[in-house]
Amino acid sequence: MSNIIQNKQEKRAEYRAMFRSNVKNRLLVDKIMMGVVFACVLIAITPLLWILGTLFYGGAEALSWEFLTGEPGAIGEGIPPAIGPAIQGTLIIIGLSSIVGIPIGVMSGIYLAEFGGNWFSKQIRFFTDVFMEFPSIVLGVFAFLLIVLFLGHFSVWAGAFALSLIMFPIIARATEESLKMVPWSIREAGAALGLRKWIVTLRIVLPAAKNGIITGILLSVSRVGGETAPLIMTILGSSQFFSGFDSPMDALPLRIWRFSLQPYDEARLAGWGAALVLVITILAIHIGVRYWFIHKRKKTDMIPRLSKIGV
Amino acid sequence: MATVITPKPENSTVVDNQIKTSQKKYKMITENVNVYYGNYLAVKNISIKFPEKSVTALIGPSGCGKTTFLRCLNRMHDMTKSARVEGKVMIDDIDLYDKSIDPIYHRRKVGMVFQKPNPFPTMSIYDNVIAGVRLNGVRDKKILDEIVEDSLKMAYLWDEVKDELKKPAIELSGGQQQRLCIARALAIQPEVLLMDEPASALDPIATQKIEETITELKKDFCIIIITHNMQQAVRVSDYTGFMYLGDLIEFRETKKLFTDPKNELTAKYVQGHFG
Repeated sequence: MSNIIQNKQEKRAEYRAMFRSNVKNRLLVDKIMMGVVFACVLIAITPLLWILGTLFYGGAEALSWEFLTGEPGAIGEGIPPAIGPAIQGTLIIIGLSSIVGIPIGVMSGIYLAEFGGNWFSKQIRFFTDVFMEFPSIVLGVFAFLLIVLFLGHFSVWAGAFALSLIMFPIIARATEESLKMVPWSIREAGAALGLRKWIVTLRIVLPAAKNGIITGILLSVSRVGGETAPLIMTILGSSQFFSGFDSPMDALPLRIWRFSLQPYDEARLAGWGAALVLVITILAIHIGVRYWFIHKRKKTDMIPRLSKIGV
Repeated sequence: MATVITPKPENSTVVDNQIKTSQKKYKMITENVNVYYGNYLAVKNISIKFPEKSVTALIGPSGCGKTTFLRCLNRMHDMTKSARVEGKVMIDDIDLYDKSIDPIYHRRKVGMVFQKPNPFPTMSIYDNVIAGVRLNGVRDKKILDEIVEDSLKMAYLWDEVKDELKKPAIELSGGQQQRLCIARALAIQPEVLLMDEPASALDPIATQKIEETITELKKDFCIIIITHNMQQAVRVSDYTGFMYLGDLIEFRETKKLFTDPKNELTAKYVQGHFG
C-alpha cells in the first residue's frame, strides 16, 4: 500500500516538474501568438479603412445640399449631377423589402428552431442555405420574369420582391441560430407553467434572442442596400423622384453604376459622392437601430447575461 | 465506499407500496409507468399513490430515474423527442396521458421547480413571478400584485426583493433565483408541486427556509420532492420512495422507511453505505 502511495507521490512530482518547466518558452509563444493575432486583425481591417478613406477622399468633395436633394439631370452639359431620387429610392426599397422580408424571415426562423426537427424543416433549412448563396442577379431575373413581364413594365414592387428574397434566408437563419442559443431550460420552465408553446416562443424565447435577430436583420439590410444587379432587372433606375410603386425608381447602387459608365469627370466625382452617401446611409441605419435597442435594452437585457443563468 | 451493489430485487415490482392510512385521499396515482429514452428503459413499472396534503420524497443514487419519473407527472417528456412514456398518471382521476387530454390544463394544476434555477432572462423579478398567470390571460393589476406578494412571501424571498421588483431576475444570486422559481411555480396556484432537488443550490439558511415553506405548503398541496439529502427527506416528508436503477425499491411512510427498511438495498442506502 505504502509503495503505491510512494509511487504516486513520485509521479506527481514528475508531473509537476513537467508542467512548471519552460515557463519562459511558453511566455514567448504566448507573445508570438498575440502578435500573430494582432497582425491578422490589422490585415483584416486595413482594406476596410482603405475603402472608407478612399471614399471620403474621392467623395467628400461632391457633397453639397444640391447634390443630395437635386435630380441627376443630363450629364455632360455642365449641370452638376445630383442623387436626390437615388437616396429616396434606396430608403423606399429598403423599407419596402424589410416590411416583406423581416416578418417572413423571422417567422421562418422561429419555425426552423422551435417547430423544426422533422423531414420538412430539414429540407427548408437546406434550401434556405442554398438560397442564401444564390447570385443576386438570378433573383433579379426571377423577379423580372415573374412580375416585370407580367405587369409589362419595371416597378418598385418587383424590386422589393427581389430584395426581400435576398433578405429572407439571411434573417431566417440568423433568427434560427439566435433562438437555438436560448437555453432549453427556459422553454421547460414556460411549459411547466402551463403556457402554450406559441406564448412561450413569442413572449419568453423570442425576447431572449432579440439581439441576435436584430443583428441578422441589419446584416440583411446592408446586403440589400448595396445590391445593384437585381435592381437593374426590376426598378431599372430613373432620374426623377419617386412617382408611384408601379413605375421605375432610382437607387444609390444603380446611380453609382450609371455614373461610373459616364466618361465625364463630374459624373465620376458624383459616383464617388453617391458611394460615400450609400455607406453613410447603411452605417446610419446600423448605428441607429443598435443605439435604439441598446437603450431600450436596459430593462430587458439578455444575450450578454445568459451566461449568468448557467447556460 | 463506492461499493457497486449488483443484486437487484427478485422482481421489479414495488415492495410494500401500501400506505396504511387507507382513509387518505390520493391526489396523484401512477400506474405501471415506464419511461424509455430511445430503447433504453429509464424508469421501470412504477406505481405510486401520492396522498393529498402530504409531502412525498423520492431518494436514490444519481441516475436512478428520479428526475425522469418526476417529469412524467407533468408531461414534461412531451418536449423531449426521444422520450416515451407508458402507463397511467392520474390526477384527480383523470389520466394525464389519455389521448384526449390537453397537457396544458394539467400543467397549470402541477407546479414544477427544476434542479437548476431557470428564471426568464428578459423579465424582471415581478414579471417572472407573474409570468404563468399573466401570460395565461389574467390582467387585473390588483390581483397580479397580490399574487406576486403572496408567492414571494411563501418562497421566503419577499423581504429581500420587495423594494426592487423591477430589477432583472438574473441579477439575483443563485439561491435567490431558485426561490424566485419556487415563487413562480406557486403563483399559478397549483395543487401539486413537483420539486427536483430544489435546495441543492442553496445555503443552509435558505434551505431551512425552503423546508419551512414546504412544511407550510403541505397543508394545502400535494408535494413531491426529489432530494439527495436524506436528513432533508426525514425532516420534510411524510412518505419516501427509494429508487434504484429505474426501479422503485421501497415506498413507505418516511419514519418507517428510515428506521425499519424492509429491503436490504434501502437499508444500505439510508445508512450511507452506497450512493
